[in-house]
Amino acid sequence: MPTIQFKLNGAAVSVDAEPDQPLLDVLRGRLGITSPHFGCGAGECGACHVMVDGRAIASCDMPMWSVAEKDVVTLEGIGTAGQPHPLQRAFITEQAMQCGYCVSGILISAAALLRRNPSPSEAEVRTALDRNLCRCGSHNRMVRAVLRAASEMAT
Amino acid sequence: MSAPPTAPKLPVSLITNPRLSSWVRFTGEGRVAISPGKVEIGQGIVTALAQIAADELDVEIGRIEMIRASTAASPNEGVTSGSLSIQQSGRALRHVCAEVRQRFLAAASDRLGVDASLLDVDDGTISGPGNVRTSYWELAGDVSLDHDATTSSVAKPAATRRVTGHSIQRVDIPDKVLARPRFIHDRALPGLVHGRVLRPDISGARLIALDEAAARAVSGLIVIVRDGTFAGVVADSEAAAETALKVLRKDATWSTGEPLPDENDLASFLRNQPVETVIIDSRTAAAADASRTLRRQYTRPYIAHASIAPSCAMALWEGDHVHVWTHSQGVYLLRADLAIVLKLPVENIVVEHMEGAGCYGHNAADDVALDAVLLAKGAGGRPLRVQWSRHDEMSHAPFGAAMAIEIEADLDAGNEIVGWRHTIWSNGHAARPGRAAQPALLAASEIANPYPRMISTNPPAANGGGGDRNSVPLYDFPAWTITSHRLLTMPVRTSALRTLGAQGNVFATESLLDEIAALRGEDPIAFRLRHLRDERARDVISAAARRAGWKPEKRSGIGHGVGFARYKNTGAYCAAIAEIEGTDDIRVRRLTLAVDVGEAINPDGVINQIEGGAIQATSWVLKERVRFDRTRITSTSWTDYPILTFSEVPAVDVEVIQRPEIEPVGAGEAAHGPVTAAIANAVHDCLGVRIRDLPITRDKIIAAMELAS
Repeated sequence: MPTIQFKLNGAAVSVDAEPDQPLLDVLRGRLGITSPHFGCGAGECGACHVMVDGRAIASCDMPMWSVAEKDVVTLEGIGTAGQPHPLQRAFITEQAMQCGYCVSGILISAAALLRRNPSPSEAEVRTALDRNLCRCGSHNRMVRAVLRAASEMAT
Repeated sequence: MSAPPTAPKLPVSLITNPRLSSWVRFTGEGRVAISPGKVEIGQGIVTALAQIAADELDVEIGRIEMIRASTAASPNEGVTSGSLSIQQSGRALRHVCAEVRQRFLAAASDRLGVDASLLDVDDGTISGPGNVRTSYWELAGDVSLDHDATTSSVAKPAATRRVTGHSIQRVDIPDKVLARPRFIHDRALPGLVHGRVLRPDISGARLIALDEAAARAVSGLIVIVRDGTFAGVVADSEAAAETALKVLRKDATWSTGEPLPDENDLASFLRNQPVETVIIDSRTAAAADASRTLRRQYTRPYIAHASIAPSCAMALWEGDHVHVWTHSQGVYLLRADLAIVLKLPVENIVVEHMEGAGCYGHNAADDVALDAVLLAKGAGGRPLRVQWSRHDEMSHAPFGAAMAIEIEADLDAGNEIVGWRHTIWSNGHAARPGRAAQPALLAASEIANPYPRMISTNPPAANGGGGDRNSVPLYDFPAWTITSHRLLTMPVRTSALRTLGAQGNVFATESLLDEIAALRGEDPIAFRLRHLRDERARDVISAAARRAGWKPEKRSGIGHGVGFARYKNTGAYCAAIAEIEGTDDIRVRRLTLAVDVGEAINPDGVINQIEGGAIQATSWVLKERVRFDRTRITSTSWTDYPILTFSEVPAVDVEVIQRPEIEPVGAGEAAHGPVTAAIANAVHDCLGVRIRDLPITRDKIIAAMELAS
């Protein structure tokens, strides 16, 4: 079993893992990272999104070999209770969820969007979140929250 | 001994759970523990219940700790369903907290020597004239709450409530955005092992043979569990459990199973099965002359719960006692079924709630709990978690039942309705655990000496009915007959999904009303208002119409439609207006809704539920249909069962008509029926065709347009 090194939320980590083992398995099963959620195992729902080198990617079907030397950020690395990311604050302000199971992946997609496009239009936010499914119907609140965070970060 | 009819009554949850201390406890450090029997399923209920308690006790909401329901201690409030939590748990807590407050005021009066009527409570501190003061926590040792609730307590008048009626932020949201584990899927118990269950692709197939040799060789495998046709693996990691399951699946032999109906002709299937028939309601009038009868058939397909999380449970055996962690809607009901299957007294089983993903009815939460209990027997005293696959979630969980509905409307010469016959063919809409002598859990039908699979039934009309829910018109038609046929066969497993039959029945009723209004050349809103006497019904329709600027000027490629219902005919009033655009394919651009739940405890919570319901209903209407061939469910992934995406979601605008003086009811299921009808009616406004078979897809629109031309 090869040793694979990568950066997780700013810190270097090194794990022994099968090359084809999904990143999500390693994050949740080995590294105690619970925010990326299993939803489908096929990269179709976005609940397991993490940022890899700044891009939102489904970790459930991302093999470990492709993570080597990459910079991985999960919701745990986006902000903290003491210093929340503007997106986290905005999701609380807008009460932007019902069950919240999809929210971690959506926050990651939104954070990746704001990195490459700090002032997105509403349509751009929706397009950026199209790979994330929400079953409770909280979409519009989440879009409002992302726009709120963007405008807060711009000032 | 029965109370005189005029005596005040206890709220229903207090009749079964009267002990005050089972609901409220004052704990150290100025905290208040509130224990409802209802559970958080993503609807925000624990926040609304905390608001009610904070208000009646006069404590800051931050002092309140909401205790998750458990059979070890919580009041038994049955199941968290039917939009009844505010109605049942909310009323009980309001009553209990008012009584607790009175008991403490009496004790404070004794201690301080001040008449109770002169005392005031502010954030748990009780004070009176002369600067005397004490608190709930100082008095807690003197005031026993081990008393049963009485009918004498008086809740605060609506005008003096400070917390309810306001949009307090939900208590669970910070954890969920700050990556603090909150879901059952995220809970790490020491020594946790992982289980996976082997289930067939072929519907109703039974396991004939299983070669376990290859799976045994998987590194990390602890045991393979086999009990009749139930089989699963236990391993020390999820990855190992998945690998072992995959190997096991390759080496499994299944029977041929049971045939499924033709997915392209559900109405014929539904209308040609053995049924149990109930006349739900009838109203007769002096015979009026019908000059003609419109007969229309409406159908809806099977619909999947399709929660974003697969169902999950944990179990831990200690001797002949088992502890179960579950996101079930009813911990006591699940316990009852587990006791039957395990042949154990209920005292040996503790079922504790933990949050899962959004729950829209009877999904696989209860099934996976039995899976966990059975597999945990092989876990050697370690706790075990089972998580279903997406595939199993989409094929083995119960579905919302398909429906065929026929309405015959008798019209007089002026196209006024003089008779109305509404007939439903559908499987039952409820097969929940804990309510019958036999268990309703999936694995109970798979183990050696299996229990028969429960054929779903319908709740009685007094509880809102099932397939017949919302089939009795609220409109003042002079005569009607409502008939419900419940199927006695069940090739596709069905149980409770949000609104039960109401979505189909409101779709049918409101579609035909729209058609009749158009025949008369009458505005569909004016037509509805003319047939409604209930002021609250009229108000939501008028409010939605006003807010949507009804009726917007006719523009090419744009259509508007309206739908209305009072959920269960006894719950929330909701009117919806849809604006769509399209030619042969349609997009819902905007939904405008007005809702009346009586007292809205948390107005933003109500809006969130209505928005969510409206968007979910739009998804059902435009996209959703469980797919199958004659042997298996084929819509087992998000590709095969697409739901509405961010780019497809309409703008949703909600007006809450606040009525603080009227007892609150739930909001979670109010929007689905009205939104379904509003979209269908907007399609007609836009394209001139009526689609009576859900979902409303491009293919159906094109077929209807070809038929019309």
